[in-house]
Amino acid sequence: MSAETDIAVLGAGPAGGAAALAAAAGGARVVLIDEQAHPGGQVWRKKDVDLPGLAETPETCAGARLRGDLEASGATFLGGTRLWHIERVEGGWRLHLLTRGDRAETLTARAAILAPGAREFVQPFAGWTTPGVYGLAGATALMKSQGCPPGRRSVVAGGGPLALFAAAEILRLGGEVAAVATPNGRGDWLRCAPILAANPALARRGAELIARIRRAGVPILWRHVVTRAEGDRALIRVHAAPCGAEWAPTGAARAFDADALCVGHGLIPNVDVAVLAGLPRVYDADRGGWVVEAGPDGRTALEGLFLCGDGAALRGAETAARAGAGTGQAALADLRGTPAPPPAPRRPDLRARFGRAMTALARPRPGLLRLTRPNTVVCRCESLTRATLDAAIDAGAAGLDALKSATRCGMGPCGGRYCLTAAARLIEDRTGAAEGTVPPPVPRPPLFPLPVAAVAAGFDYDDLPIPAPAPL
Amino acid sequence: MTRPWDIAVVGGGIMGCATALGLAEGGMRVVVLDKGDLCQGASGVNAGTLSLQIKRVSLMDYALRGHELWEAMGDAVGFRKTGGYTLAFTPREAALLEERQTLKRAAGAPITFVSPKAVWAAEPGIADSVVAASYCPEDGYANSSLTGAYYRARLTEAGIAVRVRCPVEGVEASAGSFALATPDGPVRAARLLLAGGAWLAPLAAMLGVDLPVRARVNTVSVTEAMPALFSTVIGHATGLLTMKQKPNGTVLIGGGWQGRGTPDAGRGQVSADTLAPNVALACHAVPALQDARLLRSWTGFEANVPDFYPLAGALGGVEGAYVLGCVRGGFTIGPYLGRLMADLILGRAPERPLFDPNRSFEGDT
Ligand SMILES: Cc1cc2nc3c(=O)[nH]c(=O)nc-3n(C[C@H](O)[C@H](O)[C@H](O)COP(=O)(O)OP(=O)(O)OC[C@H]3O[C@@H](n4cnc5c(N)ncnc54)[C@H](O)[C@@H]3O)c2cc1C
Ligand SMILES: Cc1cc2nc3c(=O)[nH]c(=O)nc-3n(C[C@H](O)[C@H](O)[C@H](O)COP(=O)(O)OP(=O)(O)OC[C@H]3O[C@@H](n4cnc5c(N)ncnc54)[C@H](O)[C@@H]3O)c2cc1C
Repeated sequence: MSAETDIAVLGAGPAGGAAALAAAAGGARVVLIDEQAHPGGQVWRKKDVDLPGLAETPETCAGARLRGDLEASGATFLGGTRLWHIERVEGGWRLHLLTRGDRAETLTARAAILAPGAREFVQPFAGWTTPGVYGLAGATALMKSQGCPPGRRSVVAGGGPLALFAAAEILRLGGEVAAVATPNGRGDWLRCAPILAANPALARRGAELIARIRRAGVPILWRHVVTRAEGDRALIRVHAAPCGAEWAPTGAARAFDADALCVGHGLIPNVDVAVLAGLPRVYDADRGGWVVEAGPDGRTALEGLFLCGDGAALRGAETAARAGAGTGQAALADLRGTPAPPPAPRRPDLRARFGRAMTALARPRPGLLRLTRPNTVVCRCESLTRATLDAAIDAGAAGLDALKSATRCGMGPCGGRYCLTAAARLIEDRTGAAEGTVPPPVPRPPLFPLPVAAVAAGFDYDDLPIPAPAPL
Repeated sequence: MTRPWDIAVVGGGIMGCATALGLAEGGMRVVVLDKGDLCQGASGVNAGTLSLQIKRVSLMDYALRGHELWEAMGDAVGFRKTGGYTLAFTPREAALLEERQTLKRAAGAPITFVSPKAVWAAEPGIADSVVAASYCPEDGYANSSLTGAYYRARLTEAGIAVRVRCPVEGVEASAGSFALATPDGPVRAARLLLAGGAWLAPLAAMLGVDLPVRARVNTVSVTEAMPALFSTVIGHATGLLTMKQKPNGTVLIGGGWQGRGTPDAGRGQVSADTLAPNVALACHAVPALQDARLLRSWTGFEANVPDFYPLAGALGGVEGAYVLGCVRGGFTIGPYLGRLMADLILGRAPERPLFDPNRSFEGDT
């Protein structure tokens, strides 16, 4: 099936949701696409189950408001739908989608707004593939949708506010937390004090989280990293060691009995769709690593293609929503041929500064590479250890394409989503290249394993276009 | 100033690497320069089919020799001799198959015609709509993604200097020597081999030579691992399908369907409009593929000139300059053409004729 619209928005989180609302408010035909069943994205995710008695949070309220507003707007929401390819066509963009029931469909739009958010990075460490080990962000998402903690007794580890949030959330949902390990030092947080003071609501929220963790008697291990997840078929123990300012483990580890570990090492903007559309990547650690350039109104170097939210720069939900609204208006203005609305008055954007500071706290530091030992599996699909990759790098595979060719790293079902960021850093580490000099490989469609039956559907053998045979 | 190289090879694809090896064996000091990495152009992304059934009649001799060389490279390049079937599903395709394979057989390929029953007996996974087929026991495949690592090891062993991420941006020819401009500084050599694949035209233009090189944007796709579905290389009478199942269970689907893009602008893009019929045709041949999931599709640039014959020889008018490229089925034939080319440059008589790059292409459009 193929359909047409004025503006297609990919990603129904704070950024995409606001973009769709802004564009629909101006009367444009808008289709909002998300692989989740409901709008909300990562932070404002809708609960899958209705648990009476569980208090609302600022996030659940914001999500409910967004879903209500979208319902009332003229925008069409396509849930349970994933984008697997995007192509430029005459007068716009064609989105190739896999919708509910595994049907392949296309949507051709005069403008496309990409708001695909971020994904999680986990530096491979001993035992990270043990069942019971979850990504930190993934675990918060799971808690939001399922309303239950990841295990009976969890260790939570990671930089920035997300670890504190996740630990507090586990407690709220009735779980036990054995320890919180964060590579940030108290001083890292103290340095954020002025920014926190300027955002009293957010600061208060943070203080509440910490208070809840303290009240439960949970130790907070500052400047600690998880070095090992122990357990054969299931997690039984987590080892956390002190680390230096660059996050390399420095001392003897402490062990905590636990059946769940939520661990993350920062987020990575989802740039695959924008790159597939033809935009180049640049490295900017402040925005989250390899990113694609987009202006404050979401405009990119390609006509009719916009990018906003955490997929453009990691700045958090509030900033994502504001950027989304501006991007929706800019896309609408382009469509109408009217001048874009005047940019918002240039006062210091406290929320953006807050988002930037929180991103900086969570940004993975180079010492993390020490967590990946020679026998640690890096590419889980193909079971490749760091030693195997190092050997190939030493033999001359000093770029990711060459490393992939030589070892099959990242060529399994996950498409490299879980390992290639780590593999690029291993190459930089091994060859002494600077951070951000080994670009990730060019994404290739489909962006996820695509049922062949869906792509092949509707093909009639008699329509096979037979070209002139190759010369004899 | 450092001593000039005996020869600089521009382009570390299969053509450049194979020739460089022959030149070093012949005693020359060789440097290979590539703007990317070794065999990351067409030579590293191709479908890896080594099939006599899809080779041109007049290149059959070269392809037969190419097959021998691939067999000798063996496991290091993932070589498998599986045999291959070419399938026809309509009377018209059957006629095409009969006409073309008869000529290829006459040219020396051990191709036989087999009944649909024989096909199903050997490959139960093939659709029951087959009406005619041909078979060649010599057919098989290699793993193109291993060619880079393979040649890197071989070139190093042979003492050949390799400069990767080193684009040649200009060439100055003066009496008996060349100076190549690169971001790492000039490289001087007594001879020059242009083996730049789909990027040959701008390279030749640096020497003032106009080569009518064009590029096709071929698409290849791979599925996730499947249970064993078929064991030979499968083709289609029109040439629109090549397919093989690897030892790890993944199925590689090619057939020369065209993506979009040009060599001067990035890596090219997969077009959903051609991907769909390519994959559908694969399912038509092996219906169980319906249950597979597609992991990745990609494109690569395959160069050609209007008559679709190779460019292989001395470049007219520029003493000491040579060109090798635009070879249809170049993955199969490359290792052998590289040898012939090395012989020519070393001043030995190649055992088979090469393909004069200075010929006229008028009328071939
Ligand atoms: C797993 C996870 C959990 C997080 N939890 C929190 C949290 O609890 N608190 C917090 O402050 N921050 C959290 N973050 C950070 C958070 O992502 C952002 O600050 C905020 O959600 C950014 O909003 P956004 O609209 O840019 O992106 P998101 O909210 O991430 O929304 C992007 C949406 O795009 C969809 N999408 C992406 N690609 C495709 C595709 N190809 N096809 C179809 N749909 C697609 C996704 O399903 C998602 O719903 C989390 C991040 C992640 C990755
Ligand atoms: C998708 C696809 C599928 C194919 N399938 C098959 C198949 O199944 N069987 C088969 O036999 N053949 C197949 N072919 C054909 C085969 O791959 C090619 O004929 C062969 O690989 C060409 O080799 P090459 O060395 O000439 O070119 P390439 O491998 O493209 O190498 C050219 C090299 O030159 C370098 N270069 C270019 N310009 C410069 C410069 N200015 N400075 C420095 N370096 C430069 C490039 O970076 C590149 O590495 C296929 C081709 C494609 C694209």
